[in-house]
Amino acid sequence: MDPLMPPPVRRIAVDREPTVAPPRPAANGATPGPASATTRSRSTRLAPGLVRERMRVEGLWLAYGENWVVRDVSLSVRQGEVLAMIGASGSGKTTLLRSLNRLTEVTAGAARSGTITIDAQDIHELEVNELRRRVTMVFQQPNPFPMSIFDNVAYALAERPGRGRRRRRTPELERAVGEALHRAGLYDEVGGDLDRSALRLSGGQQQRLCIARALAAEPEVLLLDEPCSALDPISTATIEDLIVDLRESVAIVIVTHNLQQAFRVADHVAFMHLGELVEYGSSEQVFDRPAKQRTRDYISGAFG
Amino acid sequence: MSATGTAAAPPDRILAAGPPGPVISGSRRERTSSWPLADRLGYWLCWVAGVGICLIALGIMVFMFVKGLSYLKLKLFVENPAPEALQAKSGGFLDPIIGTLIVAALGTAIAAPLGVAVATWLTEYRRPSWLARAVESAIEVIAGTPSVVLALFGLLIFSQGFLAFLSQRAANGNVYGRSFFAAGAVMAVLALPLIVASTREALLALPGRLREASYALGRTRATTIRRVLLPSVRPGIATGTVLGMGRIIGDTAIIKILLGVALLNEGVGHIPILSVLRGTGATLTTFVFENSPAGEGNAPQKAYAAAFVLMVMVLLLNALVTWLTTRSGGQRERRTRTWLAARMSGTRG
Repeated sequence: MDPLMPPPVRRIAVDREPTVAPPRPAANGATPGPASATTRSRSTRLAPGLVRERMRVEGLWLAYGENWVVRDVSLSVRQGEVLAMIGASGSGKTTLLRSLNRLTEVTAGAARSGTITIDAQDIHELEVNELRRRVTMVFQQPNPFPMSIFDNVAYALAERPGRGRRRRRTPELERAVGEALHRAGLYDEVGGDLDRSALRLSGGQQQRLCIARALAAEPEVLLLDEPCSALDPISTATIEDLIVDLRESVAIVIVTHNLQQAFRVADHVAFMHLGELVEYGSSEQVFDRPAKQRTRDYISGAFG
Repeated sequence: MSATGTAAAPPDRILAAGPPGPVISGSRRERTSSWPLADRLGYWLCWVAGVGICLIALGIMVFMFVKGLSYLKLKLFVENPAPEALQAKSGGFLDPIIGTLIVAALGTAIAAPLGVAVATWLTEYRRPSWLARAVESAIEVIAGTPSVVLALFGLLIFSQGFLAFLSQRAANGNVYGRSFFAAGAVMAVLALPLIVASTREALLALPGRLREASYALGRTRATTIRRVLLPSVRPGIATGTVLGMGRIIGDTAIIKILLGVALLNEGVGHIPILSVLRGTGATLTTFVFENSPAGEGNAPQKAYAAAFVLMVMVLLLNALVTWLTTRSGGQRERRTRTWLAARMSGTRG
C-alpha cells in the first residue's frame, strides 16, 4: 500500500495483493446477470467521430452546510459515450451528478466553487429551467407522476418556450410522445393504452417511462442516478441496453453502485472516494489497468 | 385423469381435512387480575369512558330520530315559516334550508381557493420565513377564535359605509351590515383553517421526489404546483372543504349576528341573485334556536324536525369525508382527519 495515502475510512489488509481481474457477471455470484444475457459484456465503442464533448466540469467543489462533499473534481461529459460514476456511499457522486443540472440548489445550504459548462457556456449563467430541459435526470426510485402514461411524457413536452401552449392532444404532441416512448423501449409494451395510470405499470416499466419523460424534453445530457437499483435483473438488462443505444444521440452520465453495470455500459469511468475524484479514464483503463491503489481495492471488492 | 385417480388422496381432500393436530385459534388472553390495583382501575375507567361515549352518541341519535322523524312532514320542506303562535300554522323551513345552502356554498366558495393558496404558499414557498411563521400563527389564532367573536368583528367590518353595497342602508343612513354576503364571508374565515390544515398536510405527505422529478424536466415551480402537486392532493383539498362546510352548516352565532333575525329570506333591491345575497335570512341553526323553547317562536316540534334535518346533513358530510379519505387510502390522511375533526368540534360556536 502506498504509505503516502492511507485509507481514511477503513484499513485494508495489506498481506495479499488484491486480484484485479475485471468483474464478470457469470463468474461473480453476488450480482447474478439476467438469464437471457448470461454473457453480457462490455459495450463496443462508437467511432471516434461520433464522440464530442458536451459538458465540462472544472475544479468543482460542492458543500452542504459545512461539509465539502465534492472536492476539486474535473471531468468532461461526452456525447457518444456513457460516463459511469462509481464509488462507495457518501463519495459525492450523486451530489456531483445533481450539480450538473443545478438540482443541488433545491437543497438549502448548498454551496459551490468551480465551473461547469455545457457547450462552452457556464450553466450558472443559463436560466435554471432551460438548463434542466437540456440536462434531464432520472432518479433511483421510479417516480412517475400520478397521471396517465401519455400525460407523464407530455408533461415534459408541453408549453415549451417558442412552441406555444399545447394542452390539447394535437397530432404533433401525440407523435412526440410516441417517439419518446419508442426511444425508451416502452411503446410496444404499453402502446395500446396510453391513458392508463402510470402508477399501474411495473417498476421496470415505470423507470423506462421516467427515461421516456426525460428524453421527451430532447435533452443534450441525460443524468441517471442509480436507475436500476430498485429493479429486477431483467428490467436492468433492458435499461442497460437502452443506455448503450441512447448514447449516440445524448450524452449519458450514470451513477451506479453496481460495478458490473458500470463495466457493461460505460465508456468512461470516474471513481470517486470521499468527495475526491480518485481515478478518471476510459473503461478499459480503469477496470483493466487502474493506476491508483484505491481504485484497485474498490473494483476488486476490498471495500465499499 | 388416470394420473389423479391413482393418487393416494386427491389434493383437495387433503386440504379439506385440515392439519392433523387440534386447531389452535388463539392463546389464553391476558388477565388483568395480575395487574397492580392502579392499573386495573385505570383500565376500567378507560373502558367505562369508551362505553359512556357510545351511549351518549346513541342517545342523541335515538332521541333525534324519534323526535325528529315523528314531527317531520314533507310539507315542512316546501313551506315558508310564518309568524303564527299556533304550531300548526307556523309553516315549514323552506327558507332556512335555502339559507343554509347559500351560506355553505358562499363560505366554501370563498374559503377553498384562499385556503389552498395559503397552504400552497406555506409548504412550497415559505419566503420570507418570518412571514410564513406569522401566517401560521395567524391561522392558529383564527382557528381558536370563537365564532361569536368572528361574527362581532364581521359586523363591525360590514357596517362600514364603503361596504354598503354588500348589505343595505337603513333609513337613518347607517349600514345594516347583515346579509348573506357578510355571513358567507365570515363563515369562510371559520372554514379557512380547516382547508389550510388539510391541504397542507396532504402537500407535506407528498414525496419530495415528485417535486424533484418535475424540476429535473425543466418545469418551473409554479407549473409543478399546478400540474403535479395540486392534482395529487385533490382528496386532501376535498376533505378540508367538506369539513369546513360541515362547520359552516353547524354554526349559529355568525348567523344570529350577521344574517338578521327574521326566519324569512328577504331580498334587497331588484337584481335577481344579488338581491338575495344582499338580503337577510335564516338558516336551519337559527330556525332550531328560534323555535326551541328558548327562542321566540317556541314551536319545539318544528325545532326537532329541523334539528333532525340539520344532523342528517352534517352526518352525510362526515360520511363524505370518510369516503374521500379512505378512497385515497393513506394512513396519514386518516390521521389528519381525526385531528381535524377534533379541532372542528373543539371550537364550534
